[in-house]
Amino acid sequence: MKLQVDDLIVYFPYDYIYPEQYAYMCELKRALDAKGHCLLEMPSGTGKTTTLLSLIVAYMIEYPHTVRKLIYCSRTVPEIEKVMEELKKLLDYYEKQDSVYPRLIGLVLSSRKNMCIHPEVSTEREGKIVDSKCHSLTASYVRERYNYDDTTPVCQYYEGFSMDGKESNLPYGVYSIDDLKQYGRDRNWCPYFLSRFAIIHANIVVYSYHYLLDPKIAEVVSKELCKESVVIFDEAHNIDNVCIDSMSVKINKRIIEKSTANINLLERTVAEMREDDAKKLQDEYQRLVEGLRDASVARETDVILANPVLPDEILNEVVPGNIRNAEHFVSFLKRFVEYIKTRLRVQHVVQESPAGFLKDLQTKVCIERKPLRFCAERLASLLRTLEIADLTDFSPLILITHLATLVSTYTKGFTIIVEPFDDKTPTVSNPILHFCCLDSSIAVKPVFDRFQTVVITSGTLSPLDMYPKILNFHPVIMSSFTMTLARPCLLPMIVSKGNDQVAISSRFETREDIAVIRNYGQLLVEIAANVPDGVVCFFTSYLYLESVVASWYDQGVIDSLQRYKLLFIETQDSAETSFALMYYIKACESGRGAVLLSVARGKVSEGVDFDHHLGRAVLMFGIPYVYTQSRILKARLDYLRDQFQIRENDFLTFDAMRHAAQCVGRALRGKTDYGIMIFADKRFARADKRSKLPKWIQEHLKDSLCNLSTEEAVQIAKRWLRQMAQPFTREDQLGVSLLTLEQLENLESSKIEKQAQQM
Amino acid sequence: MTTSSEEILLQVPHVRYKKGDGTLYLMDQRIAWMMENRDTVSISHLYSDIKTQKISPEGKAKVQLQVVLHNGVSSTFHFINRGGLQEQAADRDRVKELLQTLLPKFKRKIDKELEEKNRLLSSNPALLQLYKDLVMSEVVSSEEFWAQHASQYTQAQKTQTQDIGVSGAFLADIKPQTDGCNGLKYNITADIIESIFKTYPAVKKKYLEHVPAKMSEAQFWTKFFQSHYFHRDRKYAESKDLFTECGKIDDQEMKKDIQTGINDPLLDITAFEDKSIDECYGAQAEKPTGTIGTVSQAMIKRFNQHSIMVLKASKNKQPEQPQQNGADPNTNSSKTQENNSTNSISNNSSNNEETHVNKKQRIQEKITYNDLESSNENQNSSRSQLSLSKVERYLHGPMPGASIEHLLPNEAATVNRGVLLECRQWQGGRQLSNNLVSPAASVGALGELSPGGALMRGFQEQSLAQLVPSDIEKDVRNLYLSLCELLNHFWKCFPPTTPALEQKAIKMHEALHKFQGAKLKPFEDKLIRELSPLSHHLTKHLNQLLNAAYQKFNTWQKMKTHHR
Repeated sequence: MKLQVDDLIVYFPYDYIYPEQYAYMCELKRALDAKGHCLLEMPSGTGKTTTLLSLIVAYMIEYPHTVRKLIYCSRTVPEIEKVMEELKKLLDYYEKQDSVYPRLIGLVLSSRKNMCIHPEVSTEREGKIVDSKCHSLTASYVRERYNYDDTTPVCQYYEGFSMDGKESNLPYGVYSIDDLKQYGRDRNWCPYFLSRFAIIHANIVVYSYHYLLDPKIAEVVSKELCKESVVIFDEAHNIDNVCIDSMSVKINKRIIEKSTANINLLERTVAEMREDDAKKLQDEYQRLVEGLRDASVARETDVILANPVLPDEILNEVVPGNIRNAEHFVSFLKRFVEYIKTRLRVQHVVQESPAGFLKDLQTKVCIERKPLRFCAERLASLLRTLEIADLTDFSPLILITHLATLVSTYTKGFTIIVEPFDDKTPTVSNPILHFCCLDSSIAVKPVFDRFQTVVITSGTLSPLDMYPKILNFHPVIMSSFTMTLARPCLLPMIVSKGNDQVAISSRFETREDIAVIRNYGQLLVEIAANVPDGVVCFFTSYLYLESVVASWYDQGVIDSLQRYKLLFIETQDSAETSFALMYYIKACESGRGAVLLSVARGKVSEGVDFDHHLGRAVLMFGIPYVYTQSRILKARLDYLRDQFQIRENDFLTFDAMRHAAQCVGRALRGKTDYGIMIFADKRFARADKRSKLPKWIQEHLKDSLCNLSTEEAVQIAKRWLRQMAQPFTREDQLGVSLLTLEQLENLESSKIEKQAQQM
Repeated sequence: MTTSSEEILLQVPHVRYKKGDGTLYLMDQRIAWMMENRDTVSISHLYSDIKTQKISPEGKAKVQLQVVLHNGVSSTFHFINRGGLQEQAADRDRVKELLQTLLPKFKRKIDKELEEKNRLLSSNPALLQLYKDLVMSEVVSSEEFWAQHASQYTQAQKTQTQDIGVSGAFLADIKPQTDGCNGLKYNITADIIESIFKTYPAVKKKYLEHVPAKMSEAQFWTKFFQSHYFHRDRKYAESKDLFTECGKIDDQEMKKDIQTGINDPLLDITAFEDKSIDECYGAQAEKPTGTIGTVSQAMIKRFNQHSIMVLKASKNKQPEQPQQNGADPNTNSSKTQENNSTNSISNNSSNNEETHVNKKQRIQEKITYNDLESSNENQNSSRSQLSLSKVERYLHGPMPGASIEHLLPNEAATVNRGVLLECRQWQGGRQLSNNLVSPAASVGALGELSPGGALMRGFQEQSLAQLVPSDIEKDVRNLYLSLCELLNHFWKCFPPTTPALEQKAIKMHEALHKFQGAKLKPFEDKLIRELSPLSHHLTKHLNQLLNAAYQKFNTWQKMKTHHR
């Protein structure tokens, strides 16, 4: 349908629309008009992606000079592919309506692992290896060597692309990963580099968060994207962790050993080169003296990981004299690695600031801050000069130089923690040096500064006011939408006690209590006996899952569970888990029904949907707090308290509740879907927890559902399931949770918005 | 009774049959047993009647031989040679071997079809009755009967029955019992054994290898119950028993499956992340190296394995037959896709094109919102929907409070007013009715309609159920059954548009006549003899049915002649 949002004509590729989708468009349009950032929460399964795409594409067509580009960042590869399909659908709809294909290019960018079409390289399964193999075939010096030596292996696809790929533009259209691969195969072009080249002039770019947030990758990939872009972070409820991860580094013993070996190899290679081809080293040195920041112009293929610091912190200065010479630099690195080695030799936990670390570094091994800041780039330059093809071997040393550059660049918002052993195994010496970022706003700041509109959206962003604080930005629009429903298709319940009236809770003090575990087991068995098809359970941590399963086995809970449904359990091995998942779905589809035990914060809870019969009930056993004894977390909590005035408990609860919401939200992926959500912990009933659930769940969580025993919950669930099993037609939905174009036009937009927001 | 012409092939003394000692004779036509000190044969089976022979297992206290006849009767002979077990077994074996050579010669040459029909008849009492009534009384010929009247049964035979899968809890259902002296007793049935074999092929292999060559069956299962299969919390890697190897085979199997990869891009967690940075970047806790593995981890793995293998056990049997469970419209579509994916795994031909199509289809499925799309109505129309007039009653069932429907106060008032109004009108109606029938006339009519009155002549106060003996009732029921079957076919012929149908109509007409002559008439005669008052009452309707059919047939015949 063609609908009007304010004065903008929006093509929406469906015949009906949900009221909240319309409201979402209105809010989004306001943010675009204001050229400001916004934060929008809309329940999963209400067609967020298609809504976003339709409005922004319409806006781009209408005002091509205000919004030139849409950068859509999502989290997982399947999500990205879904976005591409939705975009295809939308542009096809434009063509159908206007009988002209819109003059837009939509493009996906993924890692080499997903995009490579080279017959040998693409068979590798590990991304790192694909990267390095690709590098060994496409690096500029390899190609140079190929010019006078035909036997040097190069990648025909990259050669094809560099020959004539850059002159021609992609035809208008939407290119998913498979489309790009096909396109590349047809023309003998490398799809990865084609895509990297094409994102500069593509109108819609879809890729993973890391390509924008991680400075090491963003510098290589997203450097030239124009300012008049709209950036969307979808599924952004975890964005702060992504930011922190992208700036943090940790060093363990293995890294040190390997990097020592790297340095030795480097030393030898430099010595060899000094004998064979001293001119090259001399050239590099000369160029560095002349003040070129980088010894040679890095071609697009030469860099895999760029400088780990954010662009505004990169020094545009001459490389300091004491590391210009290759031998000097190698010995410089040697000293630095030795120093870290001594730091790892500790008996107790050490925590210090980067400044303290630098000071200690200066007094102990006389390394100053300035040359340290150039470490990462200097090593990259040296590796290029030495023409080392296989970069995977050098990754430990690269990591060390990244630490050096980071620690000398950032003094605020970071901390260094050296732990001599793992807390769980205090007898085994396993020293780790953590360099952790405490401030999630550091990595995301350039994005907010650079692009005119950044949209942060997800199904679960409550409480909304937390995100502007921890990401340190000022949204012009902050809104949470509910799910307008014609029937109560979600049934959230808080089960606070078992049939024996023992309170159930995953509180640290009671979590190992046999009565609590038994009650959890009984709850699950009852649910498995009464709910059809799939049941998914989430535990607070993997360790807890393990211990509960062990007790359940002893108590016979597993046996009675197996009488009703097949049992699958998430393991720490993701390949194994995927396999179990595949069979879980088979079990659900064959009508046998299955129970999946999984972990909050695990891969399953973050990326797999259990729509329709795959998840008729989700159980959340306990509140998924982070491991609060972790020192890194403590440091971050302290930092948040000092810098942003966020109380520890507030943050912990916020973090736990967003994960809980994420878990239970897995079961409901649309309005025709229905699912039970059971929060099995009495603490969920407390106001501070309940109020932090997304509004669309809170709304259905009535007071009468907040303090149930197992038996009561099962009774309610039974009745509700019978109600849900009734045929549900469009007529039931129309006007309430589904609107036709006429209804949309008749109703005032303000009214719809109110309906969708229902404060 | 023994005729002198018979030749005795073998004579075995000291054979007990039903507590009587005697001698067993194997003649050239039959097997016979004679009680001691008598000269009459008490047991005599023709070889042609014998279906199989069975012998008692080795090691049993009694040495026995059983012959099973085709009609299901069996006779058991107990060998009681005083020479001890050895001699008894030798006696038995001689009989057994001779029987073995003799029986095949006399094997009745029953063709398969007949046997099949026999089985069908014996398993369907209704069909048997029909057969008795129609074929045995020669109303219809046997071929006709099988071709027409029993077609639904024979057809049902052809569609293969769905295999029963393995219960997920088959191991848990084996409940140990303490035997009082520090031991546990497990009871295991053939079903459970089958489940175990189906689910764990490795165990089956082990079983075939070891039983009975190396150990007895009981020993094998004892070992099984001691193994990690039964005690999931035991690590097999550490123990050294029979099933250690099985565990390894299972593990390898699973590893192989995992390595073939997951075809569904939405489930392959390993491929979710779209970055290729070393593991030491980032603040997340390191993944513990999974090689150590605690007991509970091994257990979790084993639960997964168990469920997967249970599923596989039922999948292997019938990979092509998609079970129909009406979960959702999109379940079905994804299932077909699932089938595709399993096939491609098994073929091991990772056809790129196909996987792309699969992937695309899967994603498309995920992104479409059925309720936003128009015109998906036709999809729903094919399935019939349950429409409940009162959903409430379905949801809650009859509850004490349910009868009180919730009405708004003003609604209740309107209803009340309505009722009052009607009452008033009704009263008016009664006054009018005074004029219709006079009291005297109505009393007269009532009298006539009472038992003994003019209109109730021939009426018996007892109900039919009391009057009719049960055997007659059964006969009537059978008559109805057969007649309906015939009529069913008769009426199916109309309108007779093809010559074949005409032919059939004529045939059925004949059959009806035959039926009336062969079954109905004798029955009526019997009725007149046994319970005269009811005689025609009971068969009246049957006759009506027949007459209607005859009439139809006659008019049709007349029409036909007219047309000519």
